[in-house]
Amino acid sequence: MTRDAEITEQTRWMLAVRDQRDRAAFARLFDHFAPRLKGVAIRSGMAPAQAEDVVQEVMLTVWRKAQLFDPERAQVSAWIYQISRNRQIDVIRKERRPVPEELKQPDAPQEDAAQMVALDQEVQKLRAALSSLKPAQRDIVEKAYLGELSHSEIHAQTGLPLGTIKSRIRLGMEKLRQDLKARGLS
Amino acid sequence: MTDITHHIPDRLLAAYAAGHLEHGFAMVVAAHVSMCDSCRAQLGAHEALGGAVLDGSAAEGLSEDLKLRVLDMLDAPAPPEPPRFSRSGIYPGPVMQTLSGRPVKWSALGMGVRQSILHRDRQSSVRLLYIPPGMAVPDHGHNGLELTLVLQGAFHDETGRFGIGDVECADDDLEHTPIAEEGDPCICLAATDAALRFSAVVPRLLQPLFRI
Ligand SMILES: [Zn+2]
Repeated sequence: MTRDAEITEQTRWMLAVRDQRDRAAFARLFDHFAPRLKGVAIRSGMAPAQAEDVVQEVMLTVWRKAQLFDPERAQVSAWIYQISRNRQIDVIRKERRPVPEELKQPDAPQEDAAQMVALDQEVQKLRAALSSLKPAQRDIVEKAYLGELSHSEIHAQTGLPLGTIKSRIRLGMEKLRQDLKARGLS
Repeated sequence: MTDITHHIPDRLLAAYAAGHLEHGFAMVVAAHVSMCDSCRAQLGAHEALGGAVLDGSAAEGLSEDLKLRVLDMLDAPAPPEPPRFSRSGIYPGPVMQTLSGRPVKWSALGMGVRQSILHRDRQSSVRLLYIPPGMAVPDHGHNGLELTLVLQGAFHDETGRFGIGDVECADDDLEHTPIAEEGDPCICLAATDAALRFSAVVPRLLQPLFRI
């Protein structure tokens, strides 16, 4: 299948978890993300044991909420990032952070491979742009997205190509809305 | 909703994505994103960048048994989810969530203005405001940031017109007098990170009632 040739490993694993409840694929995602999630949690000031509790909760959420993963609107790392931010806030502030209403329905139809691949590719470009930043700039971006800067300290202009990703996600959302409408769900 | 013209400032979306936005503002962001595909997509873009940062961040060694422990738990029944409340009438999901699905409890502030405080902590507060048509919201300056999302009706002030879904972001420098338009009463979700200081005489009497 051409689709499998073009989508990233991470996306393939995540779809296998979502659609086949594939444990081996989950283990691969765990191997990749768990150590990074722990690093980020420790960086935010958590003790190692508490950081591992967060890792455990995030990875279990990845498994349990897999049906909400929508590769047309979020790349795997973005989806796991969002879960981990929610979880970290719940732990630190002892309160649930307000989250937007979900767009995705658990029984959404099969994805459009082209849209999925296009989003993957945009994210690859973003990654390349991120790694080509000067160390000082990169450090600021890391601090901002790992929750170390307050909103008044964040300067939105990073020079990173967020606009193309936004348009791509927008397309995914419009398609989803059409699907929902066609099935009389919205 | 296609006619939203005032959106969440980008740095607030970034701070929300990073989980570094005070609870009150986070609620306004979550409510607006529930109503605005443009900001939802932009938030998705910030999360893509956050994901790239996570992906490129330093790995930390795990306890030997963590992976096995997690794999063992995959079959265990998930703990019960807290109930989810979705949009009801003019109130988007995040507002219904904090109300636990119950109707709004308004308290009168005088001159037909009502409020309902949804959440308050040391960093921020967020409330619903009900302003009768043609009524001015007390003239006020800010000690910090104020984020106001229109849920019903509309208001205008020195900076423009705000209809359903629009967000006004006011900071320290803005002294403004929002006036509710004729028609439906204006209902807003408003978050502040500091006490509002009212400058008009009569509304100043109301300030203690605001309990900020
Ligand atoms: Zn918007």
